Amino acid sequence: MAIRCYIPGPLREHADNRSEVEIDTAGGTLQEVLAGLWRKYPGLRDRVVTEQGEVRQHVNIFIDEENMRDCGGFAAKVKPGATITIVPAVSGG
Amino acid sequence: METRKFVSPKKGTAVVMVGTVKGAFLLNSDASRERWEVSGPHFPGRVVYSMAYDGRDGRQRVWASSTHFAFGTLLHSTEDFGRTWTNPESAPVKFPDEAGQSLKQIWQIAIGSDGEPGKMYCGVEPAALFESNDAGESWSLVQGLFDHPHRPQWQPGGGGLCLHTILVDPSNPKRLHVAISTGGVYRSDDGGISWQARNKGVSAEFLPDKYPEFGQCVHKVDRHPSRPDRLFLQNHGGLFRSDDAGDTWSAIANGVPSDFGFPMAVHPHNPDTAYIFPLETEMRCSPEGKLRVYRTRDAGNSWEPLATGFPDEPSYETVLRDGLDTDTLKPAGIYLGTRSGKVYGSHDEGETWSLIMQGVPAITCVKAAAV
Repeated sequence: MAIRCYIPGPLREHADNRSEVEIDTAGGTLQEVLAGLWRKYPGLRDRVVTEQGEVRQHVNIFIDEENMRDCGGFAAKVKPGATITIVPAVSGG
Repeated sequence: METRKFVSPKKGTAVVMVGTVKGAFLLNSDASRERWEVSGPHFPGRVVYSMAYDGRDGRQRVWASSTHFAFGTLLHSTEDFGRTWTNPESAPVKFPDEAGQSLKQIWQIAIGSDGEPGKMYCGVEPAALFESNDAGESWSLVQGLFDHPHRPQWQPGGGGLCLHTILVDPSNPKRLHVAISTGGVYRSDDGGISWQARNKGVSAEFLPDKYPEFGQCVHKVDRHPSRPDRLFLQNHGGLFRSDDAGDTWSAIANGVPSDFGFPMAVHPHNPDTAYIFPLETEMRCSPEGKLRVYRTRDAGNSWEPLATGFPDEPSYETVLRDGLDTDTLKPAGIYLGTRSGKVYGSHDEGETWSLIMQGVPAITCVKAAAV
């Protein structure tokens, strides 16, 4: 079963202008799922993670409704059929 | 202010590139520099800390860095003055894995000498230098500076630990100066392989040792192309000049209302002439609310206020380190951009000034060129 990934507006131009993309995988770690997303849409990677491989400070990645930072980071398990949501943090003026 | 998507400069005209905390603008005027066309905002919502114009080898290429608060920093260029910009898939400027650092900002884009039309540099935060040998297609960390034994002792200034100034010597492509806040001035005489601190005579009033080998909070340095050993420096307190490529520095804050400020811009044709924007030290605004550029025409032995055309009413303005620049036309055009979103210009070397643009976000950089 595919994993669905939601792409925030500012990054959609690097994902064929799609808000939602599917990664064919039976699940695995978040790291593995994101690697599949980077393969499919390479322009997303450097905008979501730093050159040191860390998620950018003001980017949040949710596995279903749980922030990856609270459930194991890149090592968190992603079950088949789960949803990955990438969102920038809210910001002020 | 009427803006358009792009400008279409003709040969012999002036282009002014304005970076702000929420996007960039491109301005164009004929040689009279009295009426300006404005395009933008380019990269709306993104911080544009650095811009540059590359007119070497028949190019008409404008460069800009953009930083999205969440999605990082990228380098872009346009060959058609803003009609289309590159939007690279992968970040062009980034630290290698082994550096253990992540790019925060690109503070400076520097074009190499005419004799090396593929050479470019970027100065970044955290303080490091990147170079390109293919006119910006690919970039690599200048390892010699990154490995400098002083680097662990450099400290961030108020704006961050940044390499904000890159000076290419047009007569000697192996010689390069950079300036770091706070680290001071460093020079390489071998194309970036090795670097030496060059701060003798530059003060650091905030340190126990007032004249250290390095650690000064240098705000901006500029050099004149026809006399490349002469450098002018605006320090975090103090104005200095070197006539020996930075080996020694002499204080030149003679008759200025404040020796604090950020920018320093050398006249494009006269190595004795330079421009500064003094700031009152506590408020960091134009002293007494009087908007003035100061000019020296005798290499810093004296400075004169340039006021004609600036507002008579109180103007508590701040100009950041890249907020003052000159074009290369004759007579030279001088431009400054303020944190309150105004751009002033002079088409007569500073004698008279006029408001070119207002109402844009806080200005981070103003860069001028003749195309």
